[in-house]
Amino acid sequence: MLIRYSLRRLLETIPTLFIISVIVFSLVLLIPGDRVLVMLGYSGGDIADVISKEVYAAMEIRLGVNDPIPLQYARWLGRALQGDLGTSPLHAIPVMDIILARLPATIYLALASIILGTLVAIPLGVAAAVKQNTWVDHLANGVVLFGLVTPGFWVALMLVLLFGVYLGWLPTFGYTAPQDDFVEFLRHITLPTIVLGLDFAANVIRFIRTDFIEQMREDYVRTARAKGLSERLVIWKHIFKNSMLATVTVLGFDISRLMGGSTIIESIFAYPGISFLLLQSIFNRDFATVQGVVIFIALMVVFMNYLADILYALLNPRIRYE
Amino acid sequence: MAILDVQHLTVDFALDDGGTLRAVDDTSFTIDSGEVLGLVGESGSGKSVTALSIMRLLDSQADITAGRILFDGEDLATKSEAEMRTIRGQRISMIFQEPMTSLNPAYTVGDQVSEVFRHHLHMGFGESKQRAIEMFERVKIPRPKDTYGKFPHEFSGGMRQRVMIAIALACGPDLLIADEPTTALDVTIQAQVLSVIQDLQHDMGLALLFISHDLEVVAQMCDKVAVMYGARLMEVGESTSLFTGPRHPYTDGLLRSIPRRGQPLTPIAGTIFDLRSPPDGCRFHPRCPYAEDRCRRETPELRALEPAGDGRLAACHFPLAGVGAKA
Repeated sequence: MLIRYSLRRLLETIPTLFIISVIVFSLVLLIPGDRVLVMLGYSGGDIADVISKEVYAAMEIRLGVNDPIPLQYARWLGRALQGDLGTSPLHAIPVMDIILARLPATIYLALASIILGTLVAIPLGVAAAVKQNTWVDHLANGVVLFGLVTPGFWVALMLVLLFGVYLGWLPTFGYTAPQDDFVEFLRHITLPTIVLGLDFAANVIRFIRTDFIEQMREDYVRTARAKGLSERLVIWKHIFKNSMLATVTVLGFDISRLMGGSTIIESIFAYPGISFLLLQSIFNRDFATVQGVVIFIALMVVFMNYLADILYALLNPRIRYE
Repeated sequence: MAILDVQHLTVDFALDDGGTLRAVDDTSFTIDSGEVLGLVGESGSGKSVTALSIMRLLDSQADITAGRILFDGEDLATKSEAEMRTIRGQRISMIFQEPMTSLNPAYTVGDQVSEVFRHHLHMGFGESKQRAIEMFERVKIPRPKDTYGKFPHEFSGGMRQRVMIAIALACGPDLLIADEPTTALDVTIQAQVLSVIQDLQHDMGLALLFISHDLEVVAQMCDKVAVMYGARLMEVGESTSLFTGPRHPYTDGLLRSIPRRGQPLTPIAGTIFDLRSPPDGCRFHPRCPYAEDRCRRETPELRALEPAGDGRLAACHFPLAGVGAKA
C-alpha cells in the first residue's frame, strides 16, 4: 500500500518539476542584454570590443539562440535530464561539477541544524505543552519568541562577536571538509548551525506545543489513561505519534528550506555551500551556474516535500487509502 | 458483598471566575460482585463525573472534596496516582460514549488491545497478540486474526465499541464502568453491542456500572437502578420494582416522558437548574407537581422507605405510593 502511494506521489511531482524547469529555462531568456554575451559571461560593452563577429556567429549557432524557443527548451531539458547543466564560462568547468563540489557543505549544515533544532524542539515543545504555565513553558516561549523576532543575520553577527572576536573559541568563517579534519569541520560548522538550528527549533516548538495541547484533549488520551498506562506512555507513545503528524508537515517545509541553503547565513560565515555559490554566481553574472543552482535547489525542495509526504503516510494510516 | 461502595461522594469543579460548581453532591450507592447497577439521569446530572471519580480520571479543575470510594474495601479517593495505575485497566475498566474517537487513530486495534496485556501482565509481544486475538473472538468481531493489524478507521462504530470492550475486559477486571456505551450507535447495532456486554458480564461475573439516559435499555440491562438529578441521587432500587412503581416524583416524571404509542407525551415541566446556583431544599421542587413548603426549605436525605426490606431508597419528603407509572 505504502509503495503504491509513494509511486503515485512521485508521479504527482512531475507537473511541479515541469513548471520549475520552464521557469528556470526562462531565466536566461528574461535576462536583459545579449544572450550570447550573457552566456559567455560578459556584460555591457560593444560586441566588437570583446569578441569577433565570426566567433559571435559560431556561438550563436552553438547555443542555438535563433532556434524556436520550444526547441531550445527541449534541447536544454534533454541535457539537464542527463545531468548536463552546461558549462560555467567563468570557471570553465561543468556547472554540475561545481554544484556537486559545494553541495556537501550545505547538506552537512542543513542536517546539523535539523538535528540540533529537533533535539532542542521536541523535548521543549512537549514539556511546554504538558507543563503549561510553568517555567519550562516560559523557557520554550522565550526560545520561540527569540527565534521568531530576531533576524538570523543579527544572531549570526552576535555569535561571531562573542565566540569569534571576544572569546576566540571558534572560527568565524570558512569550512573544512569532515574527511579532511573532523574537529575543524565541527568547529567551523558550529556557529552557522546554532543560527539555523535556533530558527528551525522556534518553528517546531511553536507547532508541537499547540498541537500537543490539542491532542491532550482527545478522547483516545482518556482511553489510554483508563488503561492504566503511565503518563510517560500516554505522552510519548499515544499523543506523540499523533502530534508528529502535523509536525512532520511543517518540518518538511522547513527542512526543504534548509536543504536549499541559507543565502544570508552562508555569506556571513563565508560558508561555501550552494546558496553562497548562487550569490557569488549572480554577482559574477555566471548565469549558467545560477540556472543550475536554482534548478538544484528547486529539486531539493520538491524532493524533501515528497519525503515529508511519505513520512506523513507512514505515521498516519488513514492517508494511504484516501 | 459490595465490590464498590461509594459513600457521600462529593465532587467540586473550580470555575474560571473563581467560583465552584458541585457536580456530584453527597452521593452514595453500592454494587455487589456480578451485579449490574444502572445510573440514569439527564445530561449534566453528574453521572459521568461520578464514573470518572471512581476511575480518578477527573479533569484537573475537578476535585473529590468529600466522601469515600471503597473498592474491594480500599478507598480509591485517597490512592496515589501510581496505585491507581495498577487498578485502572486491570481491576476497574471503563468504556466511553464515543467509539469513533475513543481509539487512538495512529495505532492498530490489535496493538491497543495487546498493550494492556503487556503493560499489566508483562507479557511478550507474541503472547499478548495471541491473547488480543482471543479477546476479539470473545467480543464477537468477525475474522479476529485479520482484525489485529487493522486501524480504527477501518471499522464501524459498533465494531470499534467492541474493540473498546475487548480493551476494557482484557485483564478480567472486577468492575466495568460503561458510560453511555451505545448512545452514539444505531438502534440495531446498539442491541448487538448491549448483548455482547451482557454476555461477557454474565460469563465473567463482572460488576457493571451502566450509565445511560435510556430508561428502556437500563430496564433491560440492570439489576438495580440509581436515579440522579442535579448532582444528587433521587431514588435507588431494584430495577423491576422501581420501573413499575417509582416512589420519587422525578423518577415518575422520567418514566412518563418516555414516548409510547397511542399515549400523549408528558414531559417534566420546566428545565434543569443551573448547577452554579442550586435551589434550596429539594432540588427537584421547582419542577415537582407535588411540592409543598417543606420541600422548598429542607433538603430530603436519601432514606429507606416503607415497607422496609425491599431496599428502595428515595430522597423525598412525600414519596409516592409506588403504583404510579406502569413500565
